[in-house]
Amino acid sequence: MALALQTFSTVKDANAALKAAGTRYLGGGTLVVRGANEGDVSVSSLIRSTEPALSAITVSGDNVRIGASLTMAAIAGHPNLVALARAARAVGGPAIRNMATVGGNLFAPAPYGDFTVALLALDAIVSTEGGEKPIETFLAKRQSNHAIVTEVGFTLPAEGLRFLKVSRVKPKGVSVLSIAAVLEQAPDGTVSSAHIALGCMADRPMRAKAAEEALLGRKLTSDGIAPALAVASDGTSPVTDPIASAWYRNEVLPVHLGRLLLA
Amino acid sequence: MAKIPVQFTLNGAEKAEFIDSGTTLLHALRDKIGDTSPKGGCHQGTCGACSVIIDGELRLSCLTLAETCNGAAITTTSGLSQGGVLHPLQRAFLDAFATQCGFCTPGMIMAAKVLLDHTPDPSRDEVVEALSGNICRCTGYEPIIQAVLTAARSNSQNAA
Amino acid sequence: MELRKSYFADQRKDDLHEIGQPRPRSDSPGHVTGKTAYFADRNFPGMLHLKMVRSPYHHARIRSIDTSEAQMHPGVVKILTAKDVPHNVYTILILIQIGPEDETVLADGKVRWKGEAVVAVLAETERAAQEATAKVKVDYEVLPAVFDMEEALKPGAPVVNEYHGRNYYLYDSGECRKVRFGDVEAGFAGADHVLEQTYQSSPIEHAPTETTGCIVAPEGNDRFTCYTNTQAMFFTLDNASIILQMPGNRLHFVGGTVGGGFGGKVDVIVEPIAILGAKLTGRPVSFIYSREEEMQISSPRAAEKVVIKDGAMKDGRIVARKVTGYTDAGAYSRHSPYGAQKGAGHYPGPYTIPNVWIDTYCVYTNRTPSSAMRGFGVTIGDFALEVQMDKLARLIGMDPLEFRFINAYRDGDMKAHRQPTEGAALIECMQEASRAANWPVAEKFMAMSSYAKGA
Ligand SMILES: Cc1cc2nc3c(=O)[nH]c(=O)nc-3n(C[C@H](O)[C@H](O)[C@H](O)COP(=O)(O)OP(=O)(O)OC[C@H]3O[C@@H](n4cnc5c(N)ncnc54)[C@H](O)[C@@H]3O)c2cc1C
Ligand code: FES
Ligand code: FES
Repeated sequence: MALALQTFSTVKDANAALKAAGTRYLGGGTLVVRGANEGDVSVSSLIRSTEPALSAITVSGDNVRIGASLTMAAIAGHPNLVALARAARAVGGPAIRNMATVGGNLFAPAPYGDFTVALLALDAIVSTEGGEKPIETFLAKRQSNHAIVTEVGFTLPAEGLRFLKVSRVKPKGVSVLSIAAVLEQAPDGTVSSAHIALGCMADRPMRAKAAEEALLGRKLTSDGIAPALAVASDGTSPVTDPIASAWYRNEVLPVHLGRLLLA
Repeated sequence: MAKIPVQFTLNGAEKAEFIDSGTTLLHALRDKIGDTSPKGGCHQGTCGACSVIIDGELRLSCLTLAETCNGAAITTTSGLSQGGVLHPLQRAFLDAFATQCGFCTPGMIMAAKVLLDHTPDPSRDEVVEALSGNICRCTGYEPIIQAVLTAARSNSQNAA
Repeated sequence: MELRKSYFADQRKDDLHEIGQPRPRSDSPGHVTGKTAYFADRNFPGMLHLKMVRSPYHHARIRSIDTSEAQMHPGVVKILTAKDVPHNVYTILILIQIGPEDETVLADGKVRWKGEAVVAVLAETERAAQEATAKVKVDYEVLPAVFDMEEALKPGAPVVNEYHGRNYYLYDSGECRKVRFGDVEAGFAGADHVLEQTYQSSPIEHAPTETTGCIVAPEGNDRFTCYTNTQAMFFTLDNASIILQMPGNRLHFVGGTVGGGFGGKVDVIVEPIAILGAKLTGRPVSFIYSREEEMQISSPRAAEKVVIKDGAMKDGRIVARKVTGYTDAGAYSRHSPYGAQKGAGHYPGPYTIPNVWIDTYCVYTNRTPSSAMRGFGVTIGDFALEVQMDKLARLIGMDPLEFRFINAYRDGDMKAHRQPTEGAALIECMQEASRAANWPVAEKFMAMSSYAKGA
């Protein structure tokens, strides 16, 4: 069956259309259309919604909500989202960033999903018509999600978002791995809260729980972070692909995590 | 299957076509409208040979469905030279030996044009960044980077 | 650009008008305006799209092929299997009498590498062709495969290619190409230093920006125009003529504009089957590799293994060199017997060595057939030779560039293949390199010349 596109003005109607077999939501298309071009014949009907809410950014104080259709370029260029610019700019080259959406990035398999790594460290909330879910819960079950993601929400971190993407080709390359971290420090400089998210260290972005715990109460010095680096790879199951082997990813993870924490 | 209409401007000229739903813009431009300047090198988004400018933004026509471009203004490399006079970027690519097999060239010129439209006097790093989604297997990139920098300089001289 | 006219000034009249002058390329204006016509910049009404069903196994017997379901898929116009190809077993270099014919256009009874073409599907759209390929049922009996050249050469290894009957190409000189010059063993016995090292490379893909492909249009009168990006126009025309058992005057090849080749577009792969499709359907046919096919299916540069044993004196003279080279042809010959032979012709490098022994083997394995790429047979050998030269210089305790001056071949020297050296110019190149790289060498080397021996 040939591929066809159906456009709906509301998310509700688009969600209804997505119940049919062989359908797939179309975001920026950098993964779905690519798949179709490469001979994936499992999708015969693409569905999209042009509902304006999907393209809205609202920033009130520290609270941010980003519509799922927003592109990486739109986020990278938004004056109130400077904290996220680095992560948004980490995705693809300029043309890809003009097309790749936040919604699509949530579903991108490793080695993709760099922006989602940042959202995971921010503990974002993912919204669909059915309600809201913490991003970690959402990611764990993303393959069984059939509802359109409408927006993601999070609080801008007081001490900023640390983000690092490691790739072999510069300035644009696919991730060996990516790391995002949101840290809070007590007045004495010790870490009082840590959220660390990793990309390419499993089939989808994951939290480095052991490293987060090992950082609590420690200072951001080489000695202070050593225990966290020692357990950085706990629970990882990295992908092996043409970019890097699982072994390599595990070997270099502590090195890059160390650089990010000491930066 | 019923054909659907699409309508946009291509290099300033109105175009209207009936296409199959799901047709990529690359396919529509090349095989329906007859503008073969965008090239298909991968159909995966990785090579940039199919780059076009849609409403001022660089896009990959191989990953864009034509029907999502209704009402848009599309620019391709074939529309750059006016009345036989080469665009400064085309001139610079020619002079700097920035093209060998030429297959990447139309895409490279599109990426460079968007850069210069927004950043008339780019640094070398900005040029590299702007071209980072475009692959060239022949030149080793250096002549292309030099061509873009040269075109930027000649633009600013003309403006002065 | 700067021309150093002082070198060999007495050998030419200094009246060069073109050399040294920048000239605009005739094809660049087309490139920068997007007007250059590549083979795919054409569209014919009613054009069919060809997609290949490929082997998922490295080595397998084909028990049966069932195309009945695919045949009924909407949009499918024609399905081709081995029996449709008039002369299905071919080899490219048969045109210069390098046989035997050892490769199938479409697999017949057996597949020998993962990705080998088995069934061709022609349909109204790419999508229909793609969908139908999934409905072709091939029943395979998987056979043991061999991926390593040394394993392939061991007795009892699975035979990759029955047309050869053994896992190496049989030259008229025997199991390998051989060069014998002087007495290499005596050379080693008298040497102050002996160094034996092994060098190895992996296959390398050319990755041209434009993938391999062609479009064929039937012209009526049983004539066909083939728009192609082949780098080997007449090779392809002649081989297509053999495979299709069709006189060459029925085939009109249009090409010459190639979106990057680097040697990767010299194999005769897409054209014959596309022409056959056009002939049997009476419709234009497009067969263009996807990016994935370009990376996985098109021939790469061969993996090579080079074992070099050198004997050298304390004063820097290399007195003996023994080289054993292995070229991994993959499952079929293509250009590899020639590549391995070129290797034999290229060793011992641009050096004058009195005792030389060379063996180069072209080996068959169940890997993707390899073929030409920028200096194939030579490039990997040069890497090995020059790393070896650096290692030798270090062993002797000598400057690596001076070490090369001592051994550089010069006009009049007898090469290992018993060709006297002519027009070498290596000394002068190294003198220029020494200046350009700011890597000074002793004055006596800067005073040397390629043709004044002893100077
Ligand atoms: C050349 C190239 C380079 C790339 N480089 C990177 C990179 O460096 N980093 C990176 O992270 N990614 C990269 N990607 C992958 C991809 O571009 C991004 O992950 C992008 O964010 C995907 O978004 P999209 O809108 O294009 O997704 P689409 O292709 O439109 O969709 C992807 C999947 O998500 C689903 N989907 C999309 N939006 C929604 C929604 N709102 N609700 C529910 N489901 C939805 C679709 O149904 C589909 O299954 C690259 C891709 C290409 C082709
Ligand atoms: S053809 Fe579109 S990026 Fe390669
Ligand atoms: S000139 Fe050949 S790919 Fe760039």
